[in-house]
Amino acid sequence: MALETTQIQDKLVETFGESVFHFNQEKDLFSLEVAADKITAVILFLKNDPTLRFHFLTDLCGVHYPDNVVERQFAVVYHLHNWYENKRIKIKAFLNGEKPEIKSVSNIFLCSNWMERETYDFYGINFIGHPQLKRILNMDEMISHPMRKEFPMEDGGRTDKDDRFFGRTPQKDNK
Amino acid sequence: MSELLLPPEHRYAKIIQEHHNEDGSELSVLNLGPTHPATHGIFQNVLLMDGEKILEAEPTIGYIHRAFEKIAENRPFYQITPLTDRMNYCSSPINNMGWWMTMEKLLDIEVPKRAQYLRVIVMELARITDHLICNSILGVDTGAYTGFLYVFQFREKVYEIYEEICGARLTTNMGRMGGFERDWSPEAFRKLDIFLRDFPIAWKEFENLFERNRIFIDRTVNVGPISAEKAMAYGFTGPNLRAAGVDYDVRVAHPYSSYEDFDFIVPVGKSGDTYDRFCVRNAEVWESLSIIRQALAKMPEGNEFHADVPAYYLPPKEDVYHDMESLIYHFKIVMGEIPVPVAEVYHSVEGGNGEVGFYLVTDGSRTPYRLHFRRPCFIYYQAYPEMIKGAMLSDAIVILSSLNVIAGELDA
Amino acid sequence: MSDSNITMVAPPEGVVGEGFFATKLNDVVGLARANSLWPLPFATSCCGIEFMATMASHYDLARFGMERVSFSPRQADMLLVMGTISKKMGPILRQVYEQMAEPRWVIAVGACASSGGVFDTYSVLQGIDKVIPVDVYVPGCPPRPEQIVDGVMQLQELVKNESVRRRSSPEYQELLASYNIK
Repeated sequence: MALETTQIQDKLVETFGESVFHFNQEKDLFSLEVAADKITAVILFLKNDPTLRFHFLTDLCGVHYPDNVVERQFAVVYHLHNWYENKRIKIKAFLNGEKPEIKSVSNIFLCSNWMERETYDFYGINFIGHPQLKRILNMDEMISHPMRKEFPMEDGGRTDKDDRFFGRTPQKDNK
Repeated sequence: MSELLLPPEHRYAKIIQEHHNEDGSELSVLNLGPTHPATHGIFQNVLLMDGEKILEAEPTIGYIHRAFEKIAENRPFYQITPLTDRMNYCSSPINNMGWWMTMEKLLDIEVPKRAQYLRVIVMELARITDHLICNSILGVDTGAYTGFLYVFQFREKVYEIYEEICGARLTTNMGRMGGFERDWSPEAFRKLDIFLRDFPIAWKEFENLFERNRIFIDRTVNVGPISAEKAMAYGFTGPNLRAAGVDYDVRVAHPYSSYEDFDFIVPVGKSGDTYDRFCVRNAEVWESLSIIRQALAKMPEGNEFHADVPAYYLPPKEDVYHDMESLIYHFKIVMGEIPVPVAEVYHSVEGGNGEVGFYLVTDGSRTPYRLHFRRPCFIYYQAYPEMIKGAMLSDAIVILSSLNVIAGELDA
Repeated sequence: MSDSNITMVAPPEGVVGEGFFATKLNDVVGLARANSLWPLPFATSCCGIEFMATMASHYDLARFGMERVSFSPRQADMLLVMGTISKKMGPILRQVYEQMAEPRWVIAVGACASSGGVFDTYSVLQGIDKVIPVDVYVPGCPPRPEQIVDGVMQLQELVKNESVRRRSSPEYQELLASYNIK
């Protein structure tokens, strides 16, 4: 019997109550939001439950919403996949803008190790319990987190390109 | 500058001090990379070795980090394809089509059947070229240079087909929202037919060179095996996973672009070692050739190559000079002011290395708010230190080669 | 073989006699160096694949005397930097360049190596001439193999016409000093 989204929703609400909310079918992806402190419990439940069986972590990434309220400025997005039923699910956990931290799922899914490092590298989100949380793609000496919206794309110190010819001034927003 | 020099408080330094072999020899540290002739791309592995045997490895990547995701936040939607090209640059059409399909999912655009079949043909051609490079370079790494030279000639033939379709050889920037930018010329189909006639002979010869070759078998059987459970835990997808015995293929699990109309098997290996990965890629090339033939045979009549969505697809230039609506659409599309809903979408395609995913968050403006690429190489390369534990140094090179790690996709 | 259509390359200027040919040392050395350059392919990304196509049989680079690619900088004459160099990679590129023995030449293949290319970002070095001196720039993204071959041929012209004393001249020392290369 195919796994229906109503089943998933019912099981999650039954186990976690208030911590899971905003259920939504976006195109062909069933998505929900989870309170950040319950994330490891929810993901472990989704992985181990015999009917849900979301055994594969497809993707883990971060998003920065500087225009939101302070408690919801960072989001960590988990895409899980159930290969037996071909069902995908997306889980979002919003984090505080000033001190973004969330428990690591690297002991549940081995592949999340580097994905969490990449999210830390880009956004500065602290993954509690990660075995080796340090930068992965950028240089180790870098102090800022480049994917945050306030960080500019271009290197401010470059001398060979004149920003005036690109229609932008260095300090302003680059859109 | 990462770990080019080993500081005394490094983990390996402590292990070397504490470990003592019976014959009095010590453990050593070897730095493999970042520039190394046999690593195809720049990534560094600091290896802790006991003689020739590898005990531990610590990988460092990011030497070609080009900040694609940051660039994507500053580019209109149709300018993202040059970025996707340069991720897995051995099979760029697959990434391009994956991006366009993500946009079509976001905008609910229905692509006509003929354009979908053409997309299937070009994606399977790209898959053939990707496996072609991977397997021939695996041959080069085990010492057999001939296979590479012989088979690379056919990659030139595929480049000629790409040139007929989109004008470029390697980084194709192919396709538009809703289809292709121009119809395929008769020359493209003619070159495709010649390729389909000549390539199977060459590929059979290539397989014969390696598959029952005693030296190759000795170098690749039981080298770098990985079990199916480990592979799934490490996020493997694509030929590396199928070599371990799991038949997950995005084309079958979530068919896109009319893949459900075609009849193909998904080759699966047993032990996940290097030889199985090599054979799975060989078999996939045969399946891709069969899919291309089926698509050519079943191609719908006519010359429809794009969806009728004037809001997103550039109208023909002749109309722009006469027709007011076309002029307005042309202006808006080029300026990037296309109507985009505020939504989140995730779409994935089966790339040469596995599931290439695009997670797109839009906010109604002319550029993506957040675009994240799910890059298979980045995810499965995490398993490399575990795969080479206990292996010899030369095996580590062969394992790396068979994993088909492409640096552009690793670092993005 | 008087009716063959093989054209011989003209010899350098010199005095021909019975059993001898006198010319300048510069010309002979230049000729020898130009036709036996050993490349070091420093392939990082997409341009590396086009280099592989150049080395393969269709656009054979071995005709120029470059059959043997050297991966050891100590044994190479010509550094072919192909692909994007990020800031993390810059010091490594410099180390490789410093290990090469004189005379050494550098070709920047592709837009990324020449000027940063499409990637005007915080992590990409905007051109390798920020860290090492470059002799020939080959534009393109990626450049066609014919362009890469053209770049190599331009370098061969440079090599042929270079003076043997160039590497110890004050201008060259100044050039290296401007990059802080000893």
